[in-house]
Amino acid sequence: MNEFASQHPVLLVALPKIVVLLFFLVTSLAYLTWFERKVVAHIQTRWGPYRVGPHGLLQPLADGVKFLFKEDVTPAGADKFVYFLAPFLSLSLAITSIAVIPFGPREFTVFGQPTHLGITDLNIGLLVLFAITSMGVYGVALAGWSSNSKYPLLGGLRSSAQMVSYELALTMSVVGVLLLAGTFNLTEIITAQSGFHWGFLPRWNIFAAAFPQVIGFLCFFIAAVAETNRAPFDLAEAESELVAGFHTEYASFKFAMFFMAEYASMITVSCLATILFFGGWLSPFPQIGAFAWTHYIPAAASVAAGLALVIHGLRYGTIPGRIVLPALGFLLCGVAGLLLRPGIQELAQGPFWFLLKVGIFLFIYVWTRGTLPRLRYDQLMAIGWKLLLPLAILNVVITSLAILWTGR
Amino acid sequence: MTLQLFLFFIFAAVAVAGAVSLILQRHPIHSALSLIVVMVALGGLYLLLGAEFIAAVQIIVYGGAIMVLFVFVIMLLNAREEERTDFSRMARWAGLPLAGVFLVEVAYGLARAGSRFPPAANAPFSTRELAGLLFRDYVFPFELTSFLILIAVLGAMVLARRDESE
Repeated sequence: MNEFASQHPVLLVALPKIVVLLFFLVTSLAYLTWFERKVVAHIQTRWGPYRVGPHGLLQPLADGVKFLFKEDVTPAGADKFVYFLAPFLSLSLAITSIAVIPFGPREFTVFGQPTHLGITDLNIGLLVLFAITSMGVYGVALAGWSSNSKYPLLGGLRSSAQMVSYELALTMSVVGVLLLAGTFNLTEIITAQSGFHWGFLPRWNIFAAAFPQVIGFLCFFIAAVAETNRAPFDLAEAESELVAGFHTEYASFKFAMFFMAEYASMITVSCLATILFFGGWLSPFPQIGAFAWTHYIPAAASVAAGLALVIHGLRYGTIPGRIVLPALGFLLCGVAGLLLRPGIQELAQGPFWFLLKVGIFLFIYVWTRGTLPRLRYDQLMAIGWKLLLPLAILNVVITSLAILWTGR
Repeated sequence: MTLQLFLFFIFAAVAVAGAVSLILQRHPIHSALSLIVVMVALGGLYLLLGAEFIAAVQIIVYGGAIMVLFVFVIMLLNAREEERTDFSRMARWAGLPLAGVFLVEVAYGLARAGSRFPPAANAPFSTRELAGLLFRDYVFPFELTSFLILIAVLGAMVLARRDESE
């Protein structure tokens, strides 16, 4: 098997990784919609999806089936080719951007082939992500135009103007990180953030030695929320303003593709924020002897979640819930047992912290959506050009001065 | 047939197909989309030559900014499908053969002078080297170019404003 693997590395190593990652990505897209509906509902003191499966866990499945069975209407006079191209472009670009994200340090071997946790490790990984983001504008602009309808055209043009404006602030806010790391390679940006200040504060870019990249992070996150057309910057698709913006005339599955593309770009941007500013897969605890217990945190978290699910599930209202939830709980406990084995424990450290940080950013995304009111379009553009871009440029200037000053 | 040659043929074929489609499409939006395909294929060709930064910047700037501008203008002007405008029969019958003659001339000239071109760099051209060239050796043209762009932006603002005050 190992010789076969060394002769066909793409087939046996890269392809399974791609398939597994794609499966996880699409599943987490679906459950991100569930997560968002639950969190926004709880912010608004209601429950959210509750009936479709225990705690609404089958809601994404129900939505998917609904989208597949709905009637697929194409507006009259729509440019057929572009109308079909736009959601496809959006979704494929959004999903492709996961390919360059590293989930853990380069460690394990599959069938004798050394490989890393992540699909590729490009020297220009960050630039590729920005290239994909800037191409994503086309999905929105072409969707709005090809629908042959007033509101989508307006929504599409507004939305793409917003995305183009915030792209500038997005890329400028990252230049501080690039100055500190000296490379576009995402794995090397993460490893440049290893180590601890004074033994306990992680040397992440937001606590950087030369100049803490706080302004950079805030500019990046705000620009990213605007770039993904999420609240409070979602005027272009606001239900009360422009019907549904650029995806008004899109029916069943094409609308679902836009929906998935939006959540996929949310996930990508959260991954990018953790990689660039919060140390990616680095643990916040120092890796010295006194803190060796932190290696058991993934297993402990899994056991805690599993036990909570079991205990809660046994007292759940409906009978299916009383079977499924404890089963899920036992599954999580099993995962915890798996995480206690030495080889897998080391392997799981990186992805656990990475996914935890990404989860926190996704929660912040949904939190701001549920909390903040929408910005008017001229306020939106004013913030992008007159506030974020000058702040990002100021961050670049201060960071470069700080680097020259401290000689780092 | 190495992987590099194979990929070169793919990218080159896509670029040529995009360019031909750009000319032959009747709707301006379809032409713009074909041009985007050409830009991305060119980015791929740059990547094959080892210029990774240039490839990414080609896609970001050309594909993601300049072509967005084109697409916006076409959308805002509400350009429709072109009607047939081939009024010149001479252009239709003599155009392609003459273009073929020109192609043969250029190919002949390139084949004869082929050995005099310096070979492409063997190693990937890093961003650091590019920055060194841009900010040390070629800093004057670089600053001039940014000055030119600034003039263009100012001109656009002045022209746009003058329309409002009338």
